[in-house]
Amino acid sequence: MSAPRLKLDQVGYSYGDLPVLENISMTVQPGEFVSILGPSGSGKSTLFRLLTGAITTDTGAIAFDGKPLSEAGRPFAFMPQRDALMPWRRILDNTTLGLEVQGIGRKQARERVSPLFAEFGLAGFEENYPAELSGGMRQRAALLRTVVQDKPMLLLDEPFGALDALTRAGMQRWLEAMWEKHRWTAMLVTHDVREAVHLSDRIYVLSPRPARVIREIEIDLPRPRGRDAATRALAAAIEADILETLLRPDPDHVDDAASHGSASS
Amino acid sequence: MSLSQSQSGRLAVQMMSHIRHALPAVLAVGSLVLIWEGYAWFSGVSPTTLPAPSRVLAQAFEYREALFDNTLPTLRATLTGFALSLVAAFLLSVIVDFVPLLKRALFPVFIISQTLPLVAIAPLVVLWFGFGLLPKILLVALVTFFPMLVALSKGYDATEPELQQLLASMGAPSWKIFWLARLPSSLPFFFAGLRISITYAVVGAIFAEYAGAAKGLGIYMLNAKNNFRPDLVLAAVLVSAALTLSLFGAAVLAERLTMPWTRRTSTGGNSR
Ligand SMILES: Nc1ncnc2c1ncn2[C@@H]1O[C@H](COP(=O)(O)OP(=O)(O)O)[C@@H](O)[C@H]1O
Ligand SMILES: [Mg+2]
Repeated sequence: MSAPRLKLDQVGYSYGDLPVLENISMTVQPGEFVSILGPSGSGKSTLFRLLTGAITTDTGAIAFDGKPLSEAGRPFAFMPQRDALMPWRRILDNTTLGLEVQGIGRKQARERVSPLFAEFGLAGFEENYPAELSGGMRQRAALLRTVVQDKPMLLLDEPFGALDALTRAGMQRWLEAMWEKHRWTAMLVTHDVREAVHLSDRIYVLSPRPARVIREIEIDLPRPRGRDAATRALAAAIEADILETLLRPDPDHVDDAASHGSASS
Repeated sequence: MSLSQSQSGRLAVQMMSHIRHALPAVLAVGSLVLIWEGYAWFSGVSPTTLPAPSRVLAQAFEYREALFDNTLPTLRATLTGFALSLVAAFLLSVIVDFVPLLKRALFPVFIISQTLPLVAIAPLVVLWFGFGLLPKILLVALVTFFPMLVALSKGYDATEPELQQLLASMGAPSWKIFWLARLPSSLPFFFAGLRISITYAVVGAIFAEYAGAAKGLGIYMLNAKNNFRPDLVLAAVLVSAALTLSLFGAAVLAERLTMPWTRRTSTGGNSR
C-alpha cells in the first residue's frame, strides 16, 4: 500500500464535557473514495470540523501527506451538510466562491467554472438564483463549487441527505460516474448504508456517540454498481451485513461479535 | 416579444392580486371616514371641536402653501437625522460584531435610551441645542439608531453556520466572512428595521418641532391647536401621514431593488 493521503491517529474530541469522538483512527489512500457511515448525531460532521480546522483535536493526530494538518495548507475542498449556497448570488457566482476566496479574479474564475456546467447538468442555469433550482441541481451546484477549487481531497458531508429517494438514487449514479472519470480522493459522510456501499472503495462504520470505529469494510465490487443482477445481489448482502452491525443493541461488542456471540451462548 | 409579453402579463396579475389584497383595508378606512363625515354633519358638533373630513381636506387645500412650507423642514430633519442614524448604526454594528465584549457593554445603555419618554426628552434637547436643525436630527437619531443597530446585529447572527464554516474552510479571514456572508445575510433584517424606523423618524422629527422650532409640521400643529383650528391640525396630520407612507414606500422599493433574488423565487428560470 502506498503512503496514505490522510491519516487520523487515535483522534478524540469533546464539546465541553460531551465526548463526541473517541480513538478514531483511519486512512485514505490517494484516489480512494472512503465513506464514514454512522447514525445521526454520532459525530460525523464533527470529524469534518476537525479536518477543516474549525476545531482542533483534544487527543491524537491528523496528518495529510505525512505532514501535521496545520502545516498542510488547507488541502480539503469541503461541501457542508446543507448545500450552503448563497441565496443572493447567481449559480455562476456561487460556484466561483472558492476561487474568489483564493484571490482569483472574477473573470478568470468564471472562465474556469463555465466549461464544467454541462457536465454537472447545470448548463443554462448560470444566471439563476439558487431558489430557482431543484434540490438535485442545487446539490450539483454545491458539488461543482467544491471540486472546482482543485484541492487534493474532497470532504462531502451528507451531500444527498436532503433529497427525495428518487433524486438521491439518480445523484448517486451520477456521482459514481463522475468519480470514475475524475478519481478524486474523497471522504463521504453519510447515514445511508446503500449510498455508502454504492459509492465507496472502503467504509468506516461508526458507533453512536461517542463515536468509535466499529468496523472497516473494503467494498470490492466492480463499477458501475447495482446495474446488473450480480453486483446488485452482492451489494445487497453487504448492505444487510452493515445494517446488522449498526442495529446491534450493544455497540461495545460488535468488533468481535462473532467470537463473542459463540462464547456467551 | 414573447418574453416581455409574459412579463407584462405577470405584472398585470401581480397588480390585480395587490389590489385584491388592499381592498379590505381601503374599505375599512373608507367606511370610517364616511361615518365620521356623517357624524360631523348630523350631530351638529362644532367644527372647532370635530371638523368633518371634507372640511379638513378643503382647508388643507386652502392652506397648501403654508403646509408645504412647513413640510420641507420636517422632511429635511427626518432624512438628515435618519441618514446620520443609519451610518452610525452600521458602523457600530460592524465594530460590535468583531468585538462581542463591546456589544455586552453598550447594548444595555442603548436599551435604556429607548425607554426615555420623548415628551420629556424633546424639550430638553431643544433647550440644550436651540431651535435649529441639530436638536431635530438628534431626536430622530435617538429613536431610530437603536432599532437599526439591533436589526443589523440580529441579521449578522442569522448567517447560516454552514456557510461560515465553508468560507473558513476555504481560508477566508473573518473580515472576508463578514463581507461575503454576514453582511448579505443581514439584508432582510436591515430592511425590516428600515421600514419600521423610517416611521419612527417622522414622529421623532415632529416631536422635536413641537417642542420648539421656527418652522415644521410639529410647530404648525401646535400653532393651529392654539388658534382653535383642529381642522388645520388634522390637515397637518394628513400631510405627515402621507410623508410617512411615501418614505415607507421608498424603503420597500429600495428593498426590492437591493434584493432581486427574493422576487424571482416562484417564477422559475428556463425550465429543466
Ligand atoms: N457546537 C456544538 N456544541 C456542543 N455539542 C455539539 C456541537 N455540535 C454538535 N454537537 C453535538 O455533538 C454530537 C455530534 O454532532 P455531529 O458531528 O453534528 O453529528 P452527525 O454529523 O454525525 O449527525 C451531537 O450529539 C451534537 O448534539
Ligand atoms: Mg452531520
